[in-house]
Amino acid sequence: MDSPGWNRRSFLKAAAAAGAAAAMPDIAVPEPQVKPDVPASSQSIRLKVNGTSRQLNVDTRATLLDTLREQMGMAGTKKGCDHGQCGACTVHVNGRRINSCLTFAVMHDGDEITTIEGLADAGQLSPMQAAFVEHDAFQCGYCTPGQIMSATALLREPVGNTDDDLREAMSGNICRCGAYPNILAAIKSVRSQHS
Amino acid sequence: MQPFSFTQARSEDEAMAQLRQNSRFIAGGTTLVDLMKLDVETPAHLVDINALSLNKIETLADGSLRIGAMVRNSDLAHDAAVIKNFPVLSQALLAGASAQLRNMATTGGNLLQRTRCYYFRDPAYAACNKRRPGSGCAALEGFNRIHAVLGGSEHCVATHPSDMAVAMVALDAVVHIRGPKGERQVKIEDFHKLPGTTPQIETVVEPGELITYVTLPKSAFSTRSAYVKLRDRASYEFALASAAVALDLNGKTIRSARLALGGVATKPWRSHEAEQALTGGQASDQAFRAAAEAAMKSARPLRYNGFKIELAKMALVRALNEAAQL
Ligand SMILES: Cc1cc2nc3c(=O)[nH]c(=O)nc-3n(C[C@H](O)[C@H](O)[C@H](O)COP(=O)(O)OP(=O)(O)OC[C@H]3O[C@@H](n4cnc5c(N)ncnc54)[C@H](O)[C@@H]3O)c2cc1C
Ligand code: SF4
Ligand code: FES
Ligand code: FES
Repeated sequence: MDSPGWNRRSFLKAAAAAGAAAAMPDIAVPEPQVKPDVPASSQSIRLKVNGTSRQLNVDTRATLLDTLREQMGMAGTKKGCDHGQCGACTVHVNGRRINSCLTFAVMHDGDEITTIEGLADAGQLSPMQAAFVEHDAFQCGYCTPGQIMSATALLREPVGNTDDDLREAMSGNICRCGAYPNILAAIKSVRSQHS
Repeated sequence: MQPFSFTQARSEDEAMAQLRQNSRFIAGGTTLVDLMKLDVETPAHLVDINALSLNKIETLADGSLRIGAMVRNSDLAHDAAVIKNFPVLSQALLAGASAQLRNMATTGGNLLQRTRCYYFRDPAYAACNKRRPGSGCAALEGFNRIHAVLGGSEHCVATHPSDMAVAMVALDAVVHIRGPKGERQVKIEDFHKLPGTTPQIETVVEPGELITYVTLPKSAFSTRSAYVKLRDRASYEFALASAAVALDLNGKTIRSARLALGGVATKPWRSHEAEQALTGGQASDQAFRAAAEAAMKSARPLRYNGFKIELAKMALVRALNEAAQL
């Protein structure tokens, strides 16, 4: 939180809690803002994003997610919760899927990042992207880049073959539209082509 | 978020040398970045320890397993030696967080993860002794459904959220810590602290100390072990109650047992009472129920979390049945 006092989140929380619980603690007292004891600092890093190396100057506080979206202009990776709780920000770092909202860009000097923009090959959708289209595996589409990045990474992970195994492996990606059955169908179709 | 300076360490020595006033090590970042965004953690300097070579899992000559502090939760969960000799640990890890988070989260960071108490995580609440010592505890009279029924004090009733640590308690793990004064080893049972009057002190790790390894001794009970986690949804959710058990059986006779609980206590909770109730007796549903009663005998419910006492018993009985059938 940047400003002290009431904000939308604490207001909503108070309103929701007032309905849920009888005795609620006093939340109107804001925490005094801590005075920063260091000035803002930035560092130069090299990121290889979707095969292209870029040298960037980033604020140490910038997450990988915000760096991709705001500094590199790649808005395909989405911000849902910004706290590791939804999976919309899923990207691959050195081949493994992670939540880009919970890592600082400065921690990735020299790393290879793959985002949703990097899956298609010369305009040709990747098999997983094509399967999501084929199986109608989305409604609003907001969670979809994260779902596809997770599903693509999962093909290289030790995941069992039952529907429950797949659901478990995909549980880090929430879909508010509830497109889960079709997401599952899309992943199964690609996996069956794989094996 | 407060500004901070950042350095990357390539060795343990460098990591120690790079520490300054109000520094933190950063590993996977899944606890620290989250809490820095919330202004709950406000370090002035971060030392990135991701390049340290503490990322190996090795079986030592005496049969024990040595896990580097930087081993990712996903790699540990899928390690062949862990699956075979310490199944409860693999199960606990896979029950935690999500695949993406497990690719980030490390062994050391997992031990030091912080509570999910809503009042702790939101500085808009004035009272939280863990976040602001001496300010009170908003959860005691607040909405305390996720809070602890074991190990709480009038100063804090927050649960420790780790699944991994609960399994490690059932495996007699030892944590290796390196500090300015040298290295020391701490039994996992003594690693986390009860809140008492100082809930802001959560573990024996002092500022500036680095967790280097966790070792799991070879034991007669580690292979017959299981983890059961009960929660509000099937996955990607913290435990309301969980149980890690390990049994050494001779036929139906229980030679020794390890029982640990998660989600219900202020620290990963070993139940010596339940272990004693089982030791020397026969493995049976009746004995398991008696052990579960013993484990929860000293439980004290708050206003909204009384259901956890029954839930923890169910988790224990189920885990014991699963382990006994192995
Ligand atoms: C949405 C969400 C859901 C989750 N669900 C679960 C769950 O169901 N079960 C569960 O168990 N966990 C869960 N977690 C927590 C997750 O497991 C922890 O955040 C993770 O294990 C922390 O490890 P890290 O490497 O990311 O730690 P960091 O965030 O990098 O560090 C955590 C703390 O440890 C310190 N530290 C790290 N490594 C060392 C070291 N070697 N020596 C000294 N200090 C060190 C850091 O300074 C920091 O204070 C969840 C997290 C999120 C965000
Ligand atoms: S339970 Fe502990 S962490 Fe939660 S508000 Fe009380 S003191 Fe803070
Ligand atoms: S935006 Fe990263 S997990 Fe929700
Ligand atoms: S398609 Fe709308 S959130 Fe998933």
